[in-house]
Amino acid sequence: MTLAQWLLGSVVFVPLAAALVAAVAPHRGFVVALPTAAAGCVATVALAVVVARSGPVAMMLGGWTEPVGIGLRADGMSVAFLATAAVVGLLVTVYASGWADARGGPFFWSLWLTMWAGLNAVFVAADLFNTYVALELVTVSGVGAVALGGARAAGAALRYLLLAVLGSLWFLLAVALLYAAAGSLALAQVSSRLAAEDGVTVAVAVTVATLGLGLKSALVPMHAWLPPAHAGAPSAVSPLMSALVIKASLFVLFRLWTTLPVDAALLIVSQAVGLLGCVAVVWGSVAALRQDKLKRVVAYSTVAQVGYFVLLVPLTAPALAEGAGAEARAVATLAVQGTIAFVVGHALAKTAMFTAAGCLLHSYGTDDLAALRGAASRHPVPVMAFGVASVALAGLPPALAFAGKWQLMTASLDGGQWWWLPVLVGGGLLTAAYSVRVLAVMFRAPDDGRADDCPAGPARMRWAALTAAVAAAVLGIGTSAAIGLSSTGVLGAAL
Amino acid sequence: MTRLEWYLALGAVLTVLGSTRMLLERDAVRRVVAVNVAGSGVFVIMVALAARTDPPDPVLHALVLTGIVIAVSVTGLALVLLRRTQQPPGGGPADDDAETGDSA
Repeated sequence: MTLAQWLLGSVVFVPLAAALVAAVAPHRGFVVALPTAAAGCVATVALAVVVARSGPVAMMLGGWTEPVGIGLRADGMSVAFLATAAVVGLLVTVYASGWADARGGPFFWSLWLTMWAGLNAVFVAADLFNTYVALELVTVSGVGAVALGGARAAGAALRYLLLAVLGSLWFLLAVALLYAAAGSLALAQVSSRLAAEDGVTVAVAVTVATLGLGLKSALVPMHAWLPPAHAGAPSAVSPLMSALVIKASLFVLFRLWTTLPVDAALLIVSQAVGLLGCVAVVWGSVAALRQDKLKRVVAYSTVAQVGYFVLLVPLTAPALAEGAGAEARAVATLAVQGTIAFVVGHALAKTAMFTAAGCLLHSYGTDDLAALRGAASRHPVPVMAFGVASVALAGLPPALAFAGKWQLMTASLDGGQWWWLPVLVGGGLLTAAYSVRVLAVMFRAPDDGRADDCPAGPARMRWAALTAAVAAAVLGIGTSAAIGLSSTGVLGAAL
Repeated sequence: MTRLEWYLALGAVLTVLGSTRMLLERDAVRRVVAVNVAGSGVFVIMVALAARTDPPDPVLHALVLTGIVIAVSVTGLALVLLRRTQQPPGGGPADDDAETGDSA
């Protein structure tokens, strides 16, 4: 086994082992979580270097071959998502150590580490059934983490659990159909073994899977569960849910739509998915404008951003159709790179926004926008983190989201799908609108007599928020090479 | 209609009915039951697909077994959460089944 293969296995099993330790000794969770998160960052950087130098890494656990064995594989997209999970995880770990209420309970640490193991397992899974199991691991630990919000959050957690499980069942149905058609669960073998007469089965399977994963990723109109779950969760759980958990199902959606063959029916489905994405951008942003609690504004913003992510589907679909040329492939590559950059930028910005909201919640005891008047003068660091993250999310240069949007726009134009442009451009304005509405309240002159009863939280909470925001805002500089490598080994025929 | 088609249709009907009821129902207990009905539909389809060959495909059977285990544990977790939501406000400590919920 090479070093890269060791790393590939360890990104799943080290967090899982740490989760077990943290479950046995919940009050020492931070002592376990911090080194694990730091080691995770180092491991993913090392893995990224290997993938950038010599292409995708793969291994079979325990030497068992398919279909019995468990295959792991990391390509450019996996590495980008792994690194995002590690960095966001490290920042949230530091943040969560600052305030017990942000964690909701001592079991936060083991739930978060389990969630991380599940996320990494989704990102490196080479076969469809392990993807299903890992998605369920993420869901169950995510539900447990939301439920740490106390009796208030239990209803939201239950709703999230039921909808996420229904989404997983639909995905499982799709996995069974693909297995029936191709006789294999390994994604690489499935795409190569599918014959022309399986077209209908594949179309049904991919449509059902897209529905299920859309439900799990809160794609409009299946989004109603997200705001109560993400906003009701404890302060340290909300960033994990919004930055990472929805990315797990999106990652699987991207995997399917960059690997499996696409026929005429699926081309129509892909356009429908893009259309839902456009509706999501507008609907989520308008809903965010109408919220009167800070965390709910940020949660609806996630609903809107999911709309951008699924634009990958209509942009890559033509490249997977029968007889697609090099041009369609180039468009798909651009779209994959743009979406990955956008996803990473969104994860960092959402971490910053939710942790900043958590700092203000800690100081004021509420996240009602009306109560946050004048927060900018009393708590400048979290407000600045929120502001910088908003700018990054809206996609102003040099933010990572700007680089991503630019690539997506180029891909839309090159691919002849100009109808996505208004949403890509206009969505940034909508993002700016709901963030400026929040910032305007915070910059208003403070009410009298409230100066003393809102103490600032521990400094590391504020600085974790600001670090995430600044990273989201400046990572567009000098990262074009990394963005270019993020599509290594992703698209179908390269498997 | 062959036996395979019959079971596939049965599974599809169960899945569609369970999913629809789950999405339209407001009562949480019925939603939990509806998810289980939808799950049974998916499992019926998988077992039917496994029976296309003689002997039946063991891989699909293994998948169904794993699926059932996950469905049972998720139902347990859902029931714990359900009990928490139905506690009257202020009636007893809200966190007393925190550990059950976390380990389920």
